[in-house]
Parts: sequence; structure tokens; C-alpha cells
Amino acid sequence: MKKSTFGPWLAVILGAAYFLIPLIATVEFSMRMKRGEYSFEAYRVVLGDPRFQASFGYSVVMALVTIVIGVALVVPTAYWVQLRLPKLRPIVEFITLLPLVIPAIVVVFGYLRIYNSESWLPLTDSQHGTDLLLAFGYVTLALPYMYRSVDTGLRAIDVRTLTEAAESLGAGWGTILFKVIFPNIRSAILSGSFLTFAIVIGEFTFAALLDRPAFGPYLQLVGANRAYEPAALAIIAFVVTWACMGLIQVFGAARGAASK
Amino acid sequence: MSFIDIRGLKKSFGPTTVVHDFDLAIERGEFVSFLGPSGCGKTTILRMIAGFETATAGSIALAGQEVTHLPPAKRDVGMVFQSYALFPNMTVAQNIAFGLRVAKKGADEIRARVREMLDLIKLPHLAERYPYQLSGGQQQRVALARAIAVKPQVLLLDEPLSALDAKIRVSLREEIRALQKELGITTIFVTHDQEEALSMSDRIVVLNEGRAEQIGTPFEVYNWPRTRFVASFVGTLNLLGAEVIDAGAGRLALDGHTVATARPIEGRSNGEKVTVALRPEAVDLGNAAADRIALPGTIEDVSFLGAVVRIRVRLTAQTISLDAFNQPNVTLPKNGDAVTLTFAREDLLVLEGDH
Repeated sequence: MKKSTFGPWLAVILGAAYFLIPLIATVEFSMRMKRGEYSFEAYRVVLGDPRFQASFGYSVVMALVTIVIGVALVVPTAYWVQLRLPKLRPIVEFITLLPLVIPAIVVVFGYLRIYNSESWLPLTDSQHGTDLLLAFGYVTLALPYMYRSVDTGLRAIDVRTLTEAAESLGAGWGTILFKVIFPNIRSAILSGSFLTFAIVIGEFTFAALLDRPAFGPYLQLVGANRAYEPAALAIIAFVVTWACMGLIQVFGAARGAASK
Repeated sequence: MSFIDIRGLKKSFGPTTVVHDFDLAIERGEFVSFLGPSGCGKTTILRMIAGFETATAGSIALAGQEVTHLPPAKRDVGMVFQSYALFPNMTVAQNIAFGLRVAKKGADEIRARVREMLDLIKLPHLAERYPYQLSGGQQQRVALARAIAVKPQVLLLDEPLSALDAKIRVSLREEIRALQKELGITTIFVTHDQEEALSMSDRIVVLNEGRAEQIGTPFEVYNWPRTRFVASFVGTLNLLGAEVIDAGAGRLALDGHTVATARPIEGRSNGEKVTVALRPEAVDLGNAAADRIALPGTIEDVSFLGAVVRIRVRLTAQTISLDAFNQPNVTLPKNGDAVTLTFAREDLLVLEGDH
């Protein structure tokens, strides 16, 4: 007896509608800034706003700094855990998952208590210090995604044997990490980096409470005071995030093809 | 002092000791195999020589230099792994050049050495391929070239043929041996395959439970196994229970018959139960020359194995298997036939240590 496909198709249509209708509505609304016609006026206004350019530029720079710190922290850690301390893996995994459990507002208040102007390390005393604190906060926030990506990449290669092969050929730790390990988990690092980028671009809590001119607080500010521009901004942020996801797919596919 | 000198080597993981007081001296240019079943400690010893495991006790000296506590990168030892361990992000040529680049050799020297190595392993046309584009046998040849490109003092091979199919394994083991002889490089080869060890080695170290059971040439280990373990692990063997009648004269009671070995039975007293070993290929049906031991028996089973026919013969209380070459013009015996087994006194080995 032929099975009816009505049920599955209904589920797919309902699911797609749940996600697509608000999106289409937002796009449609963002294009109604000029009365009586559809236009990209809201996008033109948003993209032409110097505060948009400044806040977006700031968040991009912060995202890049976060990625550099995150990679420098996570890759050697995950590598070492896999190579020499496999028993520590559950503990490290637990620590990397904490940012998913502890709300960002709790983390940032903790930072403010520890690094305020009267503490032994007064990072909030200067703009650069606060920027650095924000980057560290972003690293923490992106830790679950970066660690998981890198760890998956490391599991896909025989880390121990490759390390030993390089060691027996006279290589030191720097050569092993930069010439052997990094190139072989490049796509995993890129995946983690794009996820980090997407998180940092839209993040609000850290930037707002540390009073930094990032894209997240700008989104909130525009959303509170304008009608059509927030919709345009939401779509722009959505496109940036999806571009990151698309790049992960592209690099993931390239890696899959290369290892065949 | 030998080229490789290992003394009192011991390795423990927590309360478990996996290598016990291991001593070995290897001469320059020798090809020595560590042979034993899984978990016998052979790879652990190799990894201690390479520097990947730290010895709990004992010492390792390479070319007169104590290396027991040196890191792997400082030992001047080349290693080939079972899983090839080629760097996936590098081409064949880049893999071979890796050690030379680490050693900061000149570009011209590196290029020449890589070409030389590619010619040596007969893969000059695959220089620009990536490891995933090569077969297992090709990958292992590249791994070998990469290990010897830096001209190490010692080459360590950790079951390099285990992941390959049978035909490639045979041809590659011949290539490895030929290469080793050509370069004269001192080599330690770890394997659980007795045929590989017997066909390639100058000497074999048979390991069991972290101890060297016997060290000798393939001929010695195969023909004169010292212990029951060596006898049963290397080749097929008949193990028979016997009782010493006269240790000095080498006389034994074997299945109700008195037989004499070629040598006195050392370290055993009269009346003691012992195990004797006899290779199937050393036993004949008939051929009752005066100096051979003859035992009557009955054919119990005949198995045709192609080039060889294995015949099981029941004596009074024990059975003996014998191997005969397949000869189409000779009629095989049938089950139940009465026969006489004969073998040379030299082939009857009294094993050490157990009974």
C-alpha cells in the first residue's frame, strides 16, 4: 500500500511558513518607507547612517579580534587535551558549555566586579581596556561553538600519529602546530570563526553594559526610535549571519572533497 | 659497545608493568624484528626507543649516546607507522622534504634528496600527488622515503605492513629489506606476523608478556624454539608430553616408547615431566633409517592444503601432525592405515621452563 505523503508535506509547509512568513513580512515592511511604492529607501538610509558604519565597523573589528584570541586559546587547548590529557576532555567540554548555561548578563556583571576601576586589574578604566574586556567576553560567549568545531576537526585527523611523525622528523612544537595541525583543521577553524563572527555581530548585552559602540546596541537604539529602518537592519543582520553559514558550508564541502 | 644498547628497560602504566627488564644489543646495519602477539610489549619498546614513551627504568643508547631521556626530535631516529601518518595537507614531495626543511637544509639539497628518495621508492611520477590520491602501498613507500630522507641513525618500523592487503604486503616487505640492505641502515621492525619476521630479519626477538622469550636468527628461532610460547607462536608445532628417563643421555619416554634426543637434557632431573616440540615438516612417513626415531601410529586425518598435505597420526595416547609435499603421483594414505612415523633425533626439542 502506498504511504500518503500528505502528513510530512503539511509539516514541512507549516514549518517553512513559521520561519518564512515573518521574514517575508519584515522584508515587505522594510520596503514601504516611501508611501505608495516599494523601495530600498530604508536600506539607503541605514547604510548611509555614519553610526551604522561606525558600529558595524567596530563590531567587525571586535569579531576579528575575538576570532584571533579564540583560535589562539582553543586550538592549542583542544590539541593538548586530545594528545596528552584525554581524561580531561569531559571537564574541558563542561567548561566550554558553561556560556550556554550562564546568562550573558551574569558574566558581564562578574567582569564588571572583577575588572572595575578599583580592582587590581582595572580594565574598564580605559577604552582600549574595555574593548579588550569585551573581546574576552565575546571569546567566552563563542567558546562552545569554537571549541566544538575545532575538537571535531581534530578528531577527524590522527592527531597523535601525525604529531609523532613530525616529532620523529625533528620538528618542534611550533612547527607541528603551524605546519601540521593548523592546516589540517583549517576548515574546522573557519567554521568556528564564522560562527563567532555571526555571534559577535548581533551581540547586545556585553556591548551595552560595557558601554561600547557596537552593532547590537545600535540595532536596539534604531529599533526603539524608527519605524522602517529596524526592519532593514534586521534583514541586513540576517543576511550577514546567513552569509557566514553559507561560507561554513562552502568550506565544509571543500574539505569533504579534499579528503576523498 | 653495540650500535643500539638497551639495558634493563622497564615500562609500567600505573600498577601494570608491560615491559620487564628488557636487554638487547643491536649491531650497526642489523635488521632486528620484534615478534609477538598483541599486548606483548613490542610496540611499547619501540616507542621508548623513539622517545614517545618514557622508560620507567633502564637505559637506551644509540650510537654510543645515551638517549633515554632525550625528546624524539633529538634522537635522530626515523619512524614509519602502521597508519602511514603522511601529512594530508602536503604533497608526496612536501612530505618527503618535511624533515629536511625542519633541519634547515638548502633548497637545492632538499630538491635533490627528494628526487633521490622518489627514485628509490620508484614513485617519481607521483611527487605532486596528495596522500589521499595514493594507494595504501604507495603511501607506505612515501612514509618510508620520508623517514629515511633525513638519513637517521636508526629506522623504526611499527607494523608498517599490517594495513595492506596480502599481495602488497609480500612485495613491500621484499622492497623494505632490499632498501635496508642497500642503505645499511640499522632497523627495528615490529610485527605480529611470523612470516614477515622470518623472511626479513637478521635476528628476531620473540616477546611475550613484556619479556624477551628468545633472541636469535630466524633459523634458530624457527628450528630451535626455547620455550613453549616461542614454539607455538613461530610456525606450527607438535607439542608432546614426555618424561625424562636419563637426562645425561638425553633419553625420554614418549608415548610409551623410549627415544633419545641429540643432546643431554639440561636442567631437568630423571622422572621429570617435560614438553617436547616437533615440527610437522620434520616428520616422515616411513624412511626408517637406522639413526632416525621411529614410532608406530594410525592415520587419523588427511587434509589437502594445496602444496602441502597435513596428516594427523594417532600414537598410543597422543597425536602428531606431519606435513608432506603434495606429489600427484604418490597415493595419499587413508584414515585408519597403520604407519610408522620417523624423525631425526636433532628435531626433537625439549622445551625450557614448562611441562
